[in-house]
Amino acid sequence: MTATTLTINNATAAPLQEVPSLPVNDFRDTLQELVQQQEHRVSAFFGLPASPAGRGLELVAVLSHPEAGKCELVRTAVQDSFPSLTPDCPAFHWFERELAEQYCLEIPGHPWLKPIRFQPPLPGACSRKTATAPNLTVGDTNYFTLAGEACHEVAVGPVHAGVIEPGHFRFQCLGEDVYSLEISLGYQHRGLEKMLPGGPDRRTLPLIATASGDSSIASTTAYAQLCESLDPGLQPESGALLLRGIAAELERLANHVGDLGALAGDVAFLTTAAFCGRLRGEFLNMTAEICGNRFGRNLVCPGGVNMTFTPAQAGKILAWLQRVLPEVENALELMFESATVLDRFEGTGTVSKAAALELGLVGPAARACGVALDLRHSHPYGCYKVSAPALAAGTSGDVLARAWLRRQEIAASAAWLQKQLAGWQKENCRHRGTPRLAPGMIAVSMVEAWRGEMCHVAVTAADGTFRRYKIVDPSFHNWFGLAMAMRGEQISHFPICNKSFNLSYCGHDL
Amino acid sequence: MFTVLKARLKQGYRTGKFPPAPPNLPEKFQGRPALAASQCRQGCRACLEVCPSAAIVPSEGRPARIDTGRCLFCGECAAVCPGEAIRFDPAEYRLSAFSRQGLLDPQQDSVPPAALQKLCRRSLSIRQVSAGGCAACELDFNVLNTLAWDLSRFGISVTASPRHADCLLITGPVSRNMLIGLQKTYAAMPRPKWVIACGACAISGGIYRDSSECCGGMEEIIKPDLYIPGCPPHPASILDGLLRLLGRDRDAGPAPLPPKS
Repeated sequence: MTATTLTINNATAAPLQEVPSLPVNDFRDTLQELVQQQEHRVSAFFGLPASPAGRGLELVAVLSHPEAGKCELVRTAVQDSFPSLTPDCPAFHWFERELAEQYCLEIPGHPWLKPIRFQPPLPGACSRKTATAPNLTVGDTNYFTLAGEACHEVAVGPVHAGVIEPGHFRFQCLGEDVYSLEISLGYQHRGLEKMLPGGPDRRTLPLIATASGDSSIASTTAYAQLCESLDPGLQPESGALLLRGIAAELERLANHVGDLGALAGDVAFLTTAAFCGRLRGEFLNMTAEICGNRFGRNLVCPGGVNMTFTPAQAGKILAWLQRVLPEVENALELMFESATVLDRFEGTGTVSKAAALELGLVGPAARACGVALDLRHSHPYGCYKVSAPALAAGTSGDVLARAWLRRQEIAASAAWLQKQLAGWQKENCRHRGTPRLAPGMIAVSMVEAWRGEMCHVAVTAADGTFRRYKIVDPSFHNWFGLAMAMRGEQISHFPICNKSFNLSYCGHDL
Repeated sequence: MFTVLKARLKQGYRTGKFPPAPPNLPEKFQGRPALAASQCRQGCRACLEVCPSAAIVPSEGRPARIDTGRCLFCGECAAVCPGEAIRFDPAEYRLSAFSRQGLLDPQQDSVPPAALQKLCRRSLSIRQVSAGGCAACELDFNVLNTLAWDLSRFGISVTASPRHADCLLITGPVSRNMLIGLQKTYAAMPRPKWVIACGACAISGGIYRDSSECCGGMEEIIKPDLYIPGCPPHPASILDGLLRLLGRDRDAGPAPLPPKS
């Protein structure tokens, strides 16, 4: 297989020319072989127009392997159509729907070809088709339906009851049981990918930081790594890399603690819900102590980090952490000791390991099914090349497994953070630069966000600007996992199934 | 039961003392930006060139002004200014305004709607809609409902139905795909009703102001009655804005009884 793909490391770049361009049939065979026989993951699969105005579209695939620690790159040129890989490899399902929507590509053989974001075609879409592209109304699509006396349909959203992002859910039910859940998104589509080509410019960093606002550290790190791989003059020092890691683990802690509290709230175990609601804020405030913003907005930048971080500050955060962690443990202990909570969590919303692998689930959702997948270990980047928090694992794939796994990750990240903060000696790690990107390159940067694998891919033009910037948020892989978790469940279990994944709408919609 | 009570004792009373005590802000907090005209160098465009959201508004013959409705509080302008003319006040979290103009010039701000203060001073129901928000504004508004901030002690609640709402709080630059959902939510609210734009995106489109898939914030859709700047606004900034909207920023205790008629 080596001749048919280009193998690169995570957070590195290569000339686009070196990525083998195969005929469509060979391209399909290669992908099928890698995914089905060699257990590769589809990390990205996207369209690359020849030029903004010109005709011609290339498809680029980035596959990764959890053990080999490499990325395989391959591409093909297509006309107006690409025969679907989905019937054989379901992991392509969402990517092919995205391609059909963004580039008006026909995907014959796809079992369920409909919009995922209800967005207008991107510049460079197959021009013959663009003219006839239908004027889409968000949410207006042919939903899967059930017919019969005992069947009924429940529609939820886009505006939900809580303070949460919008999305539409259609449940097809037989009595109380959910036969299928269809998730229709796109309400948060802001045209992000359309605004990135031509960069990097002054807008790029804040745009990337808001791709999914609760994962700002992860996405800005992915972006910074891309720039650094494309500009040899822009190398961050080890202190800056470590500070990125510290901020990333604080981001993970804040979200895991907040979500476990929200899970407790959804089964009316209000004690833990109330405690965790407050404790989540402690971690956000620690991030703000480092950089001034609770979501770490101004911290990571190409070339390093934007802030100084002194041993005195590290000591302050360490003491703060050591004060808060026993309180977190106390709040979680209560929940996981409660029989009423465990009764609701156990055996609810189960996703099998086979389904998780087939759909290409990532992050805690995959690890809870027994899929050992964590980029901090498989494709180490930045400070994780030196050490990373322990890999957490689950087996049962239910709400309890996802909740328990988050608890394990809280402990692992907390232990790692304390070690790093205690050993912090640098007076100043502030280091930044202006990216001057090499032309005609492709770069891949993957990071383990708190929700899982986040993959950024950039292709540079002859003038060193971004020709295409592709973001694959972990939620892009996982939304279908939530739909699977609901099959055969009672509709009243939706809140805890949903919260156990807690996926990003804006990260998916971009 | 015993373990729960024990945990309650261990966790302690955690509601913050703000207000009336000042909020706990981080040392590096980027609060209200100010541009010292005397230090601004003629012909220098350094800040204009780095600002990601065109928040610095130049004007002929007068010093440039900073539009906090567009500002992302990233501090890039202060970092490049050769005259050190721009400073973000680390203690000034009170950023809200009652008019778009008030975000450019606090001296020219208008006053909160009198009818709202008369009707809702002691009880305000808010319906929140995210329209292209990145989840940060949503999360930091939601955080006011945790015991750390305890929003309900001010009589402010978040309602699930627009039918029960006095106020619509919008986050996000209003994505085209959420425009209908947003307008329908507003239409479903009973009169009288008011609108709050929370965050740079909802006020002006923020970093998405040039996006073809967004509507550039609320200004042209439903004019807000309260503007809360920030990316995202700090919870203290949001709470301060809400209390000023209700005319209760000076009193933190229980709301006064209405005057006897």
